[in-house]
Amino acid sequence: MNPVQQAVVWLNDPLNWTNPGGILDRLGEHLSMSALAVLLGCLVAWPIGLWLGHSGRGGGLVLLVSNVTLAIPTLALLTILPLTFLGFGRPAVVVALAVFAVPPLLANAYTGVRQADPEARDAARGMGLSGGQVLRRVELPLAVPYLAAGFRTAAVQVVATAALASFVNGGGLGQIIRAGFGLDIAAGGGQIVAGGVLVAGLSLLVEGVLALVERAVTPRPLRRARRAANRRAADATAGA
Amino acid sequence: MSLHLSYRAAPGNPWFSWQYVRDNSDTILAALREHTWLTARAVLIAALVALPLAVAAYWFRSLAGPIVALTGVLYTVPSLALFAFLAPYLGIGAITVLTVVALYALLVIVRNALAGLNQVPPEVREAAEGMGYGRWGRLFRIELPLALPGILTGVRLATVSTVALVTVGVVVGRGGLGQLIFAGFQNNFYKAEIMTGTVLCVLLALVLDLILAGVGRLLTPWLRGRNS
Repeated sequence: MNPVQQAVVWLNDPLNWTNPGGILDRLGEHLSMSALAVLLGCLVAWPIGLWLGHSGRGGGLVLLVSNVTLAIPTLALLTILPLTFLGFGRPAVVVALAVFAVPPLLANAYTGVRQADPEARDAARGMGLSGGQVLRRVELPLAVPYLAAGFRTAAVQVVATAALASFVNGGGLGQIIRAGFGLDIAAGGGQIVAGGVLVAGLSLLVEGVLALVERAVTPRPLRRARRAANRRAADATAGA
Repeated sequence: MSLHLSYRAAPGNPWFSWQYVRDNSDTILAALREHTWLTARAVLIAALVALPLAVAAYWFRSLAGPIVALTGVLYTVPSLALFAFLAPYLGIGAITVLTVVALYALLVIVRNALAGLNQVPPEVREAAEGMGYGRWGRLFRIELPLALPGILTGVRLATVSTVALVTVGVVVGRGGLGQLIFAGFQNNFYKAEIMTGTVLCVLLALVLDLILAGVGRLLTPWLRGRNS
């Protein structure tokens, strides 16, 4: 029996779904961990990003944060944080995942505010709005499509990264794959592939759903403008 | 087991321990060598596959959509899931790690190379055409050199993220420095081992990035005056 057939058999066993530590349990863990991590990331990254964009400072900082987190292995962070005051367990895992949600959230919040039409900003200033009011009433609404795009990237990344929490016994769907690797590859092959299908499927599902959400929160005129810009860019490169 | 004895020799459980590094320099160097070697091979393979793909997407616009969409979807798939799909077929070992990390590097390089090629101004392309360059001549003499900054950015991004990604290879027993991190975790949270692996990972990413930046400067002498 090849691994794919084994995987189908494994997925067809109802006990693998409902047992304690089965697929449904793991799915719940995976989603709650990811949701908490993204929430934490938003709470930290959005205010900082919006403020940096508003004050026009910190472009270098945003870039630095993105580059440094790229170089830190997820595995290392998942291993190191439980050794700090956070202790071993769910909080450390959530914080580690949140770290990977920060760069896209921060960068998009920053860009979203920076790209706001300067004339709209000046007009708001001229109407007597204070700095905070300009941020809240003009720049923030204009940045919403960017915030949504950042949220989507961050959420998908966190759901994908949460699979690695299984390395530190943090739960989640990755645990199914790890358990499969713990067996012999011939015996666990089916479970490994089945876990892979579940993790990949969940990531793609989240990506798809959030793509629709992103579309929904982008105002229709902006949507058309972006598409037109894309088409112009494509036409410009169609010289050959 | 003698290793375990030397682990306990340092009092407490410090974050850094020179004694650990000294006593286990062989293991650490072997892990570092494996990590560097895996990263270098993965990025090289990825670049060799990615560039023709990017050129194909650039020349035939009908291919650009599917290639970019496919790379986007593949990039969404978590690394652990990719290991899960490939390990039963490729087995436990370096080949599986190499395939997975090369695949992710590939996606990054294709995207950046395509963006770089698309940035070549149409006037430049027309001028080259007017000078009698054919499709291949234009590609090698004009378009690729102009797209080089974009391509190199992609290679640098891919290298840094590959260094981080190789650690996940411990799941199939070949994680380079990830081996140290994971072993330290299993070995009663031996902090010095975990930190040594992590710091070396970040340093390796930094060093490789600097090397590639240097190579980039050498390859694009025409940009140097502009930046300074």
